[in-house]
Amino acid sequence: MYATNYHRASSLSEAEQMLAAAEEGKLLSGGQTLIPTMKQRLAAPTDVVDLRHVAELKGISVSGGVVKIGAGTTHAEVAGSADIQSACPALAGLASHIGDPHVRHMGTIGGSIANNDPAADYPSAMLALNATIHTNKREIAADDFFVGMFETALGDDEIVTAVSFEAPDSAAYQKFPNPASRYAMAGVFVAKKGGTVRVGVTGAGSDGVYRASDMEQALSGSFSPDALDGVSVDPGGMLSDIHGTAEYRAHLVKVMAKRAVAAA
Amino acid sequence: MASISMTVNGRTVSGEAEDRTLLVEFLRSNLALTGTHVGCDTSQCGACVVHVDGKAVKSCTMLAAQASGSSVTTIEGLANGDVLHPVQKAFHENHGLQCGFCTPGMIMAAVDMIERHGGDLDEATVRSELEGNICRCTGYHNIVKSILAAAAEIGGARQAAE
Ligand SMILES: Cc1cc2nc3c(=O)[nH]c(=O)nc-3n(C[C@H](O)[C@H](O)[C@H](O)COP(=O)(O)OP(=O)(O)OC[C@H]3O[C@@H](n4cnc5c(N)ncnc54)[C@H](O)[C@@H]3O)c2cc1C
Ligand code: FES
Ligand code: FES
Repeated sequence: MYATNYHRASSLSEAEQMLAAAEEGKLLSGGQTLIPTMKQRLAAPTDVVDLRHVAELKGISVSGGVVKIGAGTTHAEVAGSADIQSACPALAGLASHIGDPHVRHMGTIGGSIANNDPAADYPSAMLALNATIHTNKREIAADDFFVGMFETALGDDEIVTAVSFEAPDSAAYQKFPNPASRYAMAGVFVAKKGGTVRVGVTGAGSDGVYRASDMEQALSGSFSPDALDGVSVDPGGMLSDIHGTAEYRAHLVKVMAKRAVAAA
Repeated sequence: MASISMTVNGRTVSGEAEDRTLLVEFLRSNLALTGTHVGCDTSQCGACVVHVDGKAVKSCTMLAAQASGSSVTTIEGLANGDVLHPVQKAFHENHGLQCGFCTPGMIMAAVDMIERHGGDLDEATVRSELEGNICRCTGYHNIVKSILAAAAEIGGARQAAE
């Protein structure tokens, strides 16, 4: 790891100031992506601003059917939250399968969506749940937030503060984990709210997380696994790497989508 | 340089270290607590697991400065003098280790796991909870056996105390 300067923010405004004062600063939340990346010298921020002690970023609330999760909420806290388990059990389940217990104790939802790893789990849920991403500057619809692989709509000085969404009528997430890393080789989050069905796909698309609009259409007509029989997934838009070919991933997406609908 | 102070195994410690110092380096180099191991460079193996404020974390994936002000427990803090912690004892009795390199992390992960699940642990849960701890030697069988034995003993002791 290259040398860096550590700063601990105790409030959101202090974090903004510390980031603004840094030459090439980076926010440090759970550190479960940033620190491994710094160790590999793939990132070399001059300064890191620790958000773990910022109270404004913590906590889960559910009121009037709207779920709000602070950016600094850990995967373990989402997985273990009785409120999330009753409002959106699929999201609690998703969080409980991220990485391993030690990673879940540190890693946060804000860090995960800001990073937008093409194989991360949360981004698919944010798209399917039609979530709003709250920052220190504005509110962004998930559809506009996830721009491409490791790319989001966030500005350099923008801090994710929370995510919110309306609890779905039913939802499910199915992930085919890479046997070694446990990141998704294909992960599909399906959410139904009234007559609208949204489908978020992670791990598979060559441009990162995406919404499967043809699946959404088919499922809005009939919310059953069979409704997806006639939908074909184009391998042209899929990732291809040592873990799996584009054709393999295209096949997985459909299988995971069917399983998710069956489980929802 | 960061001035770091924390409680480690019940003892208040402080020291100076570069801001980029990892918690595991601080424990091993500054405090000479070499029971916590480093087995990888990719945050995957779990040899470095310690408890920070009561939760199992990978000490290779946290800066020492992040842990400043916290309470840290390492493998050295488990035994009570010569009396092994029930999880240590279970690993000893069930042949839960061969070379022993992964063992400190395995035991710290196991203590955390048993604290969260109590006596309810079953084999499938133990195996999935060990996702972040890699062992090159044992094939995991006796590690799982050790953790189940310890969970039963700790669960039984808790019931007896109630
Ligand atoms: C062994 C291992 C296995 C893993 N397995 C999985 C898995 O199966 N699925 C999965 O989805 N993830 C997995 N992860 C990644 C994990 O979920 C991370 O916790 C997550 O990707 C990043 O969250 P963090 O809080 O740790 O962020 P950090 O590492 O602290 O930050 C990540 C990035 O986001 C930025 N950032 C952080 N917080 C904010 C904020 N509030 N506003 C704006 N930018 C911010 C940082 O500057 C940095 O660029 C794994 C990680 C490890 C080490
Ligand atoms: S040394 Fe920490 S996970 Fe391998
Ligand atoms: S006993 Fe050798 S690595 Fe686990």
